[in-house]
Amino acid sequence: MSNSLAKKVTDVRRYPGFFSLTILCMVLLYTPLIIVTIYSFNDSRSITAWGGFSLRWYNDIFFGLEAAKFKTAAWNSISIAIMAGTSATIIATSAAIGMIRGNPFSGKSLSFGLINLPLMVPEIVTAVATLIFFSAIGFTRGYLSILIAHVVFCIPFAYLPIAARLEGIERRYEEAAIDLYASRWQAFTKVLMPLMAPGILSGFLLAFIISLDDFIITNFVKGAGVETLPTAIFGSVRQGIKPNIMALSTLMLMVSIFFVSLSYYINRMGERTK
Amino acid sequence: MPNGVLALKEVSINVENNEFFTLLGPSGCGKTTLLRMIAGFETITEGTIKLFGENIERLPANRRPVNTVFQQYALFPHMNVLQNVAFGLNMLGKSDIEAKSTAQRMLDMVQLGQYADRKPSQLSGGQQQRVALARALAPSPKLLLLDEPLSALDLKLRQAMRVELKQIQEELGITFIFVTHDQEEALTMSDRIAVMSNGEIQQIGTGKEIYESPGNVFVADFIGETNLLNARVQSSNEEEAICLIGKDTALTCSFTEPVSNDDSVTVSIRPERIALSKVSTSKKHAGIKGTVKRFAYLGTDTQCMLELEDGTDINVRVQNAHHNATDFTIGESAYIEIDPGAARILLN
Repeated sequence: MSNSLAKKVTDVRRYPGFFSLTILCMVLLYTPLIIVTIYSFNDSRSITAWGGFSLRWYNDIFFGLEAAKFKTAAWNSISIAIMAGTSATIIATSAAIGMIRGNPFSGKSLSFGLINLPLMVPEIVTAVATLIFFSAIGFTRGYLSILIAHVVFCIPFAYLPIAARLEGIERRYEEAAIDLYASRWQAFTKVLMPLMAPGILSGFLLAFIISLDDFIITNFVKGAGVETLPTAIFGSVRQGIKPNIMALSTLMLMVSIFFVSLSYYINRMGERTK
Repeated sequence: MPNGVLALKEVSINVENNEFFTLLGPSGCGKTTLLRMIAGFETITEGTIKLFGENIERLPANRRPVNTVFQQYALFPHMNVLQNVAFGLNMLGKSDIEAKSTAQRMLDMVQLGQYADRKPSQLSGGQQQRVALARALAPSPKLLLLDEPLSALDLKLRQAMRVELKQIQEELGITFIFVTHDQEEALTMSDRIAVMSNGEIQQIGTGKEIYESPGNVFVADFIGETNLLNARVQSSNEEEAICLIGKDTALTCSFTEPVSNDDSVTVSIRPERIALSKVSTSKKHAGIKGTVKRFAYLGTDTQCMLELEDGTDINVRVQNAHHNATDFTIGESAYIEIDPGAARILLN
């Protein structure tokens, strides 16, 4: 009885104004997304007046005037996201093992800061710096320059879930494996890797989605002619917002939600096998 | 040892073949460190570790024919029970069929044959414990190390596992080195016990030796309960010494090392070797008298605290089988009688 009372008193939901504040936050966060989603099904050419339900704009992005452009951009986006995500995940996994399983070394905090720096630095700074770097070394801007830039800024996003997972895995599992005659490599591949897998997958998905969504850096380093989906959408919007952009945005939103949820569930499933 | 601490000082133990040897001590005494050194998880800066005459201290952990049962079992959560038990055999390069059949046999031995397909997380703590044991025994190590394997189990299961562990050890004839802070556990299973404190061995002996003839104050205090009384040596001969406890209570004591008259010493008397009565029955030390200060009922026996006439407090344990054990009221006078040979002079 007293226990349940104590619970109620400290329950954050009982603070005055909590409910209205929650509603306000939700409205600010999600109204634009909801409006875009609803209007992507609008039958009218107007982006503000409702003209009835229709899938014509979805049809338009796949078979309309800009379909070819979007298709190429989507392919670029996805292939870059897969390659950048994979490379970033491999680098982040090695970094996490070095940072967490390695013995203390001088400059460990500094290394940690360096790995996570891209999270703190304003993206525009990274974008300008990357652009200047590519120009300075005379690297031709295009598909490859986008890929390299993406690998770099995806590393910290992949690192975070992988490191969190690894920190939760106690050393005794590796010790047990080595005690049972496994070599260091076998202890890694047969015990540590499977235990880390949910974190690695989650890190990959996060890196994938970050790469897929990136606009600022991509826009700086892409050069002429190569577009990813975000830069292609931006290009279209500059000539006036058409409802097909809403349909495309809605599709990307769905893809993002799917991957972020997947990443979350994989992590949660992994919690149970720690 | 760069940026390390000295965990063990001049520890020397010699474990016999087929022996159940226990390292007993409070947390932080270095017992786990010693075990990890034998397993190969910690490197030793000086000295040697020999296994059947062969130096193993430079061998990496995965090449020592020694297996460990970990405190929290450390069963691989992504493998099923059979794969866990077969792991060591697989790593040794045994064929899959051989590894699986040996693993199954080990599981049958710990009565978990029907759980081979389960994941460790689907087993109870006691079952996980058995799997950990089977996994460590499956590769037939020359030496099995057990790091407080029973500490996560509840009392009933712990008691049952003690018996089982001892049986398995005797059946397989493998040397066990067992680490625990639980003296009862150590006494139940061990052939010999090494009592450790502050990174040093305090005493090595059978349970009986350690309990009945503790070598120093730490051992007497750590194993079981004891009364530690300050005393002065009045007279002594080859075998025993008469000591004065408090102002005027004289006691005949045994000793480990000779003492001389007027030495200040500590005398240890086990509470269960003191009898309590209403009238003085002792012929030898007529009437060590005290006042009953408090009682604690402990099930099989009753603990009674007495204040002797000179102000010394003394604990007495009386078995509740004696119906008059708790016939005293607080504040009542009582006489105590100490078993001959129960009082022992100890070095600090």
